[in-house]
Amino acid sequence: MGSTNSTLSKIPNVEELMQETGFTPAHIVRLYDRFEALDKEKTGHLRPQDFGAINRLAMNPIGDRIIGAFFSPGQETVDFHSFVRTLAHFRPVDKKRPKDPSMPEPVNSRTSKLKFAFQLYDQDKDGKISRAELLQVLRSMLEMQVTEEQLESIADRTIQEADLDKDDAISFEEFRKVPPARALRLTYQHGAFAAQGTQNTKTCKVHAHRK
Amino acid sequence: MACRTCLWLLGTTFFTCTVRLVVEGTEVGATQGSHPEPGVVGSNHSQAGGGHGSSISGIQIVTFKWHHVEAPYLIALWILVAGVSKMVVELNHNLTSVIPESALLIIIGWILGGIIYGADKMQTFTLTPTVFFFYLLPQVILDAGYFMPNKLFFSNMGAILVYAVIGTCWNAATVGLGLWGCWLGGAMGDIDIGLLQFLLFGSLIAAVDPVAVIAVFEEVHVNEVLFIMVFGESLLNDGVTVVLFNVFDAFVSLGGAEIDAVEIIKGIISFFVVAFGGSLVGIIFALLISLLTRCTKNIQIIEPGFIFILGYLSYLTAEMLSLSAILSIVFCGICCQKYINANMDERSVTTVRYVMKVLANGSETIIFVFLGISAIDPAVWVWNTGFILLTLLFIFVFRFIGVFLLTWILNKYRLVPLEFIDQVVMSYGGLRGAVAYGLVAMLDENKFKEKNLMVSTTLIVVYFTVMLQGITMKPLVTWLKVKRAAVTELTLAEKIQNRTFDHMLVAIEDISGQIGHNYMRDKWHNFEERWLCWFLMKPSARKSRDYIFNIFHQLNLKDAMSYVKEVRATHKVRESHDNLILYLQTQDIVPSVCLDMHEQDLTMRESEDFNAHHLLQQHLYRGRKQHRHRYSRSHLETNRDENEVQEIFQRTMRSRLESFKSAKMGVAPAKKIQTKHQKKDKPQKVRGEGTFSPFLHVRPHSHPLIGNVMCMLIKPFRGRFSSALFIQSSKCGGVKMECHLVNIQKQKSRLGLLLLIPAFGTSTFKKGK
Repeated sequence: MGSTNSTLSKIPNVEELMQETGFTPAHIVRLYDRFEALDKEKTGHLRPQDFGAINRLAMNPIGDRIIGAFFSPGQETVDFHSFVRTLAHFRPVDKKRPKDPSMPEPVNSRTSKLKFAFQLYDQDKDGKISRAELLQVLRSMLEMQVTEEQLESIADRTIQEADLDKDDAISFEEFRKVPPARALRLTYQHGAFAAQGTQNTKTCKVHAHRK
Repeated sequence: MACRTCLWLLGTTFFTCTVRLVVEGTEVGATQGSHPEPGVVGSNHSQAGGGHGSSISGIQIVTFKWHHVEAPYLIALWILVAGVSKMVVELNHNLTSVIPESALLIIIGWILGGIIYGADKMQTFTLTPTVFFFYLLPQVILDAGYFMPNKLFFSNMGAILVYAVIGTCWNAATVGLGLWGCWLGGAMGDIDIGLLQFLLFGSLIAAVDPVAVIAVFEEVHVNEVLFIMVFGESLLNDGVTVVLFNVFDAFVSLGGAEIDAVEIIKGIISFFVVAFGGSLVGIIFALLISLLTRCTKNIQIIEPGFIFILGYLSYLTAEMLSLSAILSIVFCGICCQKYINANMDERSVTTVRYVMKVLANGSETIIFVFLGISAIDPAVWVWNTGFILLTLLFIFVFRFIGVFLLTWILNKYRLVPLEFIDQVVMSYGGLRGAVAYGLVAMLDENKFKEKNLMVSTTLIVVYFTVMLQGITMKPLVTWLKVKRAAVTELTLAEKIQNRTFDHMLVAIEDISGQIGHNYMRDKWHNFEERWLCWFLMKPSARKSRDYIFNIFHQLNLKDAMSYVKEVRATHKVRESHDNLILYLQTQDIVPSVCLDMHEQDLTMRESEDFNAHHLLQQHLYRGRKQHRHRYSRSHLETNRDENEVQEIFQRTMRSRLESFKSAKMGVAPAKKIQTKHQKKDKPQKVRGEGTFSPFLHVRPHSHPLIGNVMCMLIKPFRGRFSSALFIQSSKCGGVKMECHLVNIQKQKSRLGLLLLIPAFGTSTFKKGK
């Protein structure tokens, strides 16, 4: 593990980072390698274009939104710490964590995951997903064939169903009324944050699909 | 219902009549020995004699020259019968989803065999090893190799090899030794057999069969890793099987006394030689094919033929050198797919794909039908309860033990462990098939006194695995699956959320880089890009290979076209040879997704009943998790996934472009980009595309595009040509731009124009990582 230690020493405040996010040293090293690979110009910061260079992201309907989520409002670059912090949202939930209301919510708890997802919708950060914001998301996730009227109807109905206090917007409380298991989907399932190994494939449970 | 029965009756009557005719025709006439050429059928009947001519007076207007056409006629007839059987089987989809097609075909084979036997009192048509190994198997394996998902295959290669080599050896050894032990113990009564023969039998019955595996896994959709494991194993274990078979065959011939350490060592060495030699032969032929397709531009009409011929030659060459023929043809298919798909014309590629499927499907059908027919032959049936039952037991049990053991070891080294369900499916899915039967039929009766017993046992094993395990596979998988909570109807919000979460996960995977930076993989990739592609691919293919490129190609085409229309109207463009020239083509521009399509579809949709759920169901992008790369014998993949990906890609690029422009120009949707010579207008009619973009945050610097564009010129070529023109800008405020100019076919109009599509990202963008 010599290389791990040497890489770790290059990262400032790595202890604090590990504490905060819960990643193991091997994970951090792996993420650091990835960060450096993305940071082609070795500036120590990532810009949107660096994320944009991942061309598979361009094939994701909400890819650009995810990229935006890495950048705090007003910031134009992402340093390694923010990078790791954002990715930490997707760590598996610590089931054994004691529920201590005085401590801050860890980054990978269910609530934090949902909050992250919520922020993707809520661009203007007013704590609510307005109809326009929902429309934007729907637009990007539906095929081009769907017309504007249809989009608006879907958005209207969605808000109708989800909006409990009838303010024509979805607040975080309404958003999080999902079965707890669903939030767990926001967990990177296998191996992405694991140390580099010989195999890196994902496995899903065997499921028999209907044709 | 009536139609089905009609067809069925028709089929059988047709067949019976033909057989009768054949039989009556062949019964007359002198013996002429066995057929010199191998036909689809290994007929034991004698050929009809020729001599009718001498005793006839006068000219015969019509003669019945059966012997003249006998061999090809029978072959064609059997292929037809197999095809009709498949048609009959596929009549009822409910049936085929419960019982796999292969099982049904075997049943039909039984019926047909019964008819023939009834007519002939002996089995005239059986599956002979020659026919099987030379004419029926190669195309099935070539199909498997050509359509193999390479990335998946090679990234799991380690595990696959472990299962194929160690697993097969384990199976062979345990089954052989187990049976031997039981024989010694007297469970089988008195049969003339020895340890070596048991080991030989074990080695031929141990191998998982690719034909059977595919046939069953078609119905049961498992995850891709599991699939590639079983499938890869079934293909690669041929190397082991061949070696074991030959080695034990030689040992049996030598006799037990001659075997010493030297022979055993020779056996082990022969394994490596056979396996690697076979693969090498395949790779050489793959190189040949790729090189050949590089030069076949002028004979596109027969391009597809080369693939099949050379593939078959690779099989035969390996067979000639006593190497593993299956490995050879598999690696031939695997290695050449990328290059021939790039080099050949699209129509040729389509032809190859379809013909490959036709041949493979046809062969598979024939194989299974004949497996059924060959059973109806009392001459080969020897029943020995102990032997047969013990064999069944051992292959089943030892397969499970072997898989679980190996997986336990492998899981220590794998990042993603194989789960329990996967292991069960893998064990249960270890089907034996025609390869085992072919091998056992090849045994020499003089050396193997109990050949018939082995043949019978093999047949029973094949039937057991293909039919019973095939039928029960799906219910087993369903039963093992962890029961989810009762599925309530999801609300719209929940559906959208689910899909959003899926996309999010995929995006995070991509950002965090799922596949680690594997040194070897990177090196291979670089080597391949630099040398192999240069060597094996046509220059034009190389350039248009880049995926992003193709997208931009299409984006550019549309914009270029609209620009040309505008420019023509205003007569502003002068012909200019020494600067930037873009030649347009008007034919053949069919972007796979028309970005303005939604406008045309408006009227269509208005009258429909609106249903939000339905819309969501139909039109939500599916995301990469649900794009399953499935190998299928009977279905060619549709392009829906590709279309979706392209559509998303284009939209993303558009929105980035928009936000970049508005950032740079400081003007919301800026339409004009000033260039050195010409103006360009980009009318954007997209559906209010993403105003949100992180790229907006890029602080616009003051340098406009003017004067920062250095252009290079590529000489226009005649004829079909597609290449890139790279315009590198100097750094504009920290944002490097890359412009792709796509130079396509020369058009008669000779209009020159400049098209600038600033693309985001750094220079790595074009490399299509």
